[in-house]
Amino acid sequence: MALATDVPKESFRLSMLIYDSRYRAVTIQVVVLLCFGLFVAWLLNNVVQNLAARGKVFDYGFLWARAGYDINQQLIPYTNDSNHFRALLVGLLNTLVVAFFGCIFATILGIFVGVLRLSKNWLVSRLMTVYVEMFRNVPLLLWILLSYVIFSEAMPEPKAFRVTDEMVAAGQEPAASMLFFDSVAITNRGTSIPAPLFSRGLGSVDLGFVSLNLTFLATTVVLGLSIWANRRLRASARATQEATGIRPVIWWKSLLILLAPIVLLFIAMGFHLDYPALKGFNFQGGLQVAHSFTALLIALTLYTAAFIAEIVRAGIQAISRGQSEAAFALGLRPGRTMSLVILPQALRVIIPPLISQYLNLTKNTSLGIAVSYLDLRGTLGGITLNQTGRELECMLLMMVIYLIISLCISAVMNFYNKTVQLKAR
Amino acid sequence: MKKSVFLGTLAATTVLAGVAFGGTLDDVKKRGELICGSNTGLTGFGMPDANGNWVGFDVDLCRAIAAAVLGDATKVKFVPTTGETRFTALQSGEVDVLVRNSTWTFSRDTELALDFVAVNYYDGQGFMVKKDLGVSSAKELDGATVCIQTGTTTELNLADFFKQNNISYTPVTVADDSEAQRQYLAGACDAYTTDASGLAASRATMPDAANHIILPEIISKEPLGPVVRHGDNNWGDVVRWTYFALLIAEEKGVTKANVDEVAASTADEEVKRLLGVSGDMGPKIGLSNDAFKNAIKAVGNYGEIFAANIGEGTTINLARGLNALWTQGGLQYAPPLR
Amino acid sequence: MAENFVRSQMLPPEAPPASQSGALSWVRENLFSGPLNTILTLLGLLSLYWLVSSSLPWWLNSVWHASSLGECRTIVAASAGEGATGACWAVIRERWHQFLFGFYPQDSYWRPVLALGLLFAALAPVLFAGQKRNLAIILGCVAVFLLITLPLGGAGLVAGLLVAVLLAALLALSQSRPQGLLWFTAIYPGLCFWLLWGGPIWTPIAALAGFVVLWVVFRLLSPRIGVPVAAGVGFVAAVLWWLFAMGPVVGTLAGLLPMGLPKVNSDQFGGFLLAITIGVTAISCSLPIGILLALGRQSDMIIVKALSVAFIEFIRGVPLITLLFTASLLLQYFLPPGTNFDIILRVIILVTLFASAYIAEVIRGGLAALPRGQYEAADALGLDYWQAQRLIILPQALKISIPGIVSSFIGLFKDTTLVAFVGLMDPLKGVTQIVRADINWKGIYWEPYIFVGAIFFVICFSMSRYSMYLERKLKTDHR
Repeated sequence: MALATDVPKESFRLSMLIYDSRYRAVTIQVVVLLCFGLFVAWLLNNVVQNLAARGKVFDYGFLWARAGYDINQQLIPYTNDSNHFRALLVGLLNTLVVAFFGCIFATILGIFVGVLRLSKNWLVSRLMTVYVEMFRNVPLLLWILLSYVIFSEAMPEPKAFRVTDEMVAAGQEPAASMLFFDSVAITNRGTSIPAPLFSRGLGSVDLGFVSLNLTFLATTVVLGLSIWANRRLRASARATQEATGIRPVIWWKSLLILLAPIVLLFIAMGFHLDYPALKGFNFQGGLQVAHSFTALLIALTLYTAAFIAEIVRAGIQAISRGQSEAAFALGLRPGRTMSLVILPQALRVIIPPLISQYLNLTKNTSLGIAVSYLDLRGTLGGITLNQTGRELECMLLMMVIYLIISLCISAVMNFYNKTVQLKAR
Repeated sequence: MKKSVFLGTLAATTVLAGVAFGGTLDDVKKRGELICGSNTGLTGFGMPDANGNWVGFDVDLCRAIAAAVLGDATKVKFVPTTGETRFTALQSGEVDVLVRNSTWTFSRDTELALDFVAVNYYDGQGFMVKKDLGVSSAKELDGATVCIQTGTTTELNLADFFKQNNISYTPVTVADDSEAQRQYLAGACDAYTTDASGLAASRATMPDAANHIILPEIISKEPLGPVVRHGDNNWGDVVRWTYFALLIAEEKGVTKANVDEVAASTADEEVKRLLGVSGDMGPKIGLSNDAFKNAIKAVGNYGEIFAANIGEGTTINLARGLNALWTQGGLQYAPPLR
Repeated sequence: MAENFVRSQMLPPEAPPASQSGALSWVRENLFSGPLNTILTLLGLLSLYWLVSSSLPWWLNSVWHASSLGECRTIVAASAGEGATGACWAVIRERWHQFLFGFYPQDSYWRPVLALGLLFAALAPVLFAGQKRNLAIILGCVAVFLLITLPLGGAGLVAGLLVAVLLAALLALSQSRPQGLLWFTAIYPGLCFWLLWGGPIWTPIAALAGFVVLWVVFRLLSPRIGVPVAAGVGFVAAVLWWLFAMGPVVGTLAGLLPMGLPKVNSDQFGGFLLAITIGVTAISCSLPIGILLALGRQSDMIIVKALSVAFIEFIRGVPLITLLFTASLLLQYFLPPGTNFDIILRVIILVTLFASAYIAEVIRGGLAALPRGQYEAADALGLDYWQAQRLIILPQALKISIPGIVSSFIGLFKDTTLVAFVGLMDPLKGVTQIVRADINWKGIYWEPYIFVGAIFFVICFSMSRYSMYLERKLKTDHR
């Protein structure tokens, strides 16, 4: 005979905060929040006291003071008269450029090695296993140091490239020569490569705090438009195929759309290459790539590629044998089976761990400290910190920047992951 | 959760009784040990040998301070610090005194709240090049690649020098001295720049020392010396006067070997005060009266320290130069002890 | 009548044709089965040849006895001719102890060695719960290892006897009551701490006594005021014990019965001793924190969840090196003025926080891998949250997570080399740098790197193999 109204109205008692599971969650959360708040307050209080004791103020004003030091790799104009903020930007770009190329090269090499590790060729698969195990089980720091030592010890000095009159007369060859039709010179102090230059560039527009390079902007816009047009073309081709069952031949149209506009633009802007040449002590002209960059990039690539190879291998092995057998039954060759059937499916397994490898690689760029690569840590967290003595400000800013980079990468890759994953229909 | 106690006990037992602000002298005495910030390894100036004993020019100054304060030159703990961590280690009280070839500059003295109490080595930044480069002056280094250590004042001096002379250069930044030397030897840079003492030390250890020259230009003043925290004047006095005591000892001919004998027989009033035979110089700064005598006995006078670690006859083979006593035309000059 | 031919005995099988068997066929099948494979094989052989031919003379001309790099070079030049290169292993011969132990007092090397041996004894019951045979094998290996290394490390007779008694007792326990070995695991941290840092034996005992205080208070109070409050009170009591009572008690006991080992300061730690100390301490301390963070991240409580997520993502988003610089440069800003403890401890704290974020993600993976039914079954039994976690969920989730934890440990162990950048003597850069600062060894590069790299490889490779073995074993359990 129990009716809903019969349930006695429970009066609230204080002990229910602990013993009643309905309220306990609230209690715990309030307690946790309180403790956390107290903890933060305690930390802040300590910081204020410590700063006062050392006679310092928390202030980012130093970022606008003259930096006074030089950076040997600059993607944006920088001199020692620029301010510390500019140095920070240079360092940040140096971090990003290593991370960017590192991720690309490591992925390519990783996929290559991962596939070869499963190769039927005994020797090759063994060699790849040795490579993977060696790089995975030895600290990255060692690889960075080693590749740096190899570059500066094994490569010839710039003067080895010199051709003197006596040597010409005696018919001697210089001790070292440039690669790729005299366009690339690898010396023990850096790699010189041809630099793209525009004789009729579009100049740049100053927008107050940043100057916008119009040449770069035009190139990006044109490239973007071509890619978009190409996608439209492919979409229409697919529509034709769906409708008629015959896929129209579009590869030459596609190539034309992709290449013609950019080539025209480059010709219009007077594109030419500036080749490096030996002048004075060093190679001048062209682009000088410091070995700290190359060594860091190579070590990061090889190290991360070993991990990616394992991920790729696991991904491929996760695809059931039936898939490849079915592909063979359809008459596909092994190469096409891999690229058309296995890899696209394995991609779904591969992407999530690949994201964390990209994140690791990006964070590991900070090990450039071992070869004094002036990345974000080297400028903001290194020389700037040293010259200004603002460790609290510099370190906090540096952590926030790294955090933002990491969050951006995982956001982009997670978005990509969503597009690759099987969609429930 | 069992293992979190491990951390707790670790914390409880390894917490040092250091109070960061004020009273460093009392802390050192109470602790019975001097904590000295040192290099992570710089030939001749501060490095551990095969048995883990620290040796070097800067290290001996630490030992002298320990001998003066605690009466025992072995009661020193050396904390290796890097270019980035050294000043913070001092500010936070992790070390009592920093003796790590640090240059005395305006901003370090004022903004970083540090006190440079003396200059134990007058140095200057120079360049080393290979002889076959055919360069005889730093001003001819236009377009050269220059190896430079990061985290020091040298990178600022270098930028200023090349700018003033309106010539260009490519910096190759390296992490430490031995790495810089390797790069330079391998030809990865045309010139290596650092303190002249460091250049001489590097040059002395090269297999083909004769093929390298140190250019005549000294592009900066690098007064290197012990650093203490700003505001602890008494401790600053202790460090400063221990150092001056070593200078006075050299000036007066008091050595490690003859210190006892001199103390017994001397007629020189300043030496008497120095060795605690008369007066009460030690107690005035909170030390015992024979503090300076202990220091001299432990490591010898300034000249002996110099000769034993970096002077002529050692592998590093540095001349006294600016670091000779003022009586011999150098800059090392101690105020009167009275 | 035709006789039926019935074979009464089987013919021996024919040998395969010559082209289908033997080394030749193996080579053809595995190395030259197609144009692509042939090219790959040739490329592989070429690179192998290049590697060997360029480094073999260097290895063959190795010098083991010399007192400086210059002497090495003269010896090589004398034996192999001018211009020949050769490895100078003499540096390892002279400085190996610094690579392994840093500046740890030479007559006390047996202490870290013993701590390492006992680490395996303490891990055994966790890794091989209740498998008597495996336990005996592990303990036997530890005994043999210690038998060889302890005398070399300068252990005295008393210490040797005590160790022998301890190992015999453990062995007996493992065969009679394998679960009892977990008690040894529980006291191992205290024992290890005492062995490494020295001091009176009462310090670790008093520290462990704090847990006894916690447990006693909890047992006495829990029937009266309920589990959560009793746990809180017990925790407070233990903290009070550690903060206030422990110091005087240890002082009194040490005065009455001075037993202990000579003290070793943290700054004397270096080389692999430092790397292993930081790695093992950080990973074991990070386990409980990681479990709490993982549970927090899965929790329904929005604030707890938000805090856990924020912590994990922050730690995982910044490079370890910034955290190490935090330990050396910033930690003092966040602590009350005047607090000051040594850099190794600060590094361990930050590395622990770093590891706990990664461990939390590994354990979260383990929790997610459990079938929903396990949670529901626990609820159906009427278990409350902590009972369900303790009895049902965590044992299974942790078991699945062990391979992940091991790989986290490998990663962390390799990352301990980064402590060189805050001035600690890690084996790879710190010790190498001080060795190179010695005028005798200035300019030596490859040998220390190869030596340290090889040791890292051996340790990490064997751990990763173990983790793979475990993964396979666990996989069969779940299918």
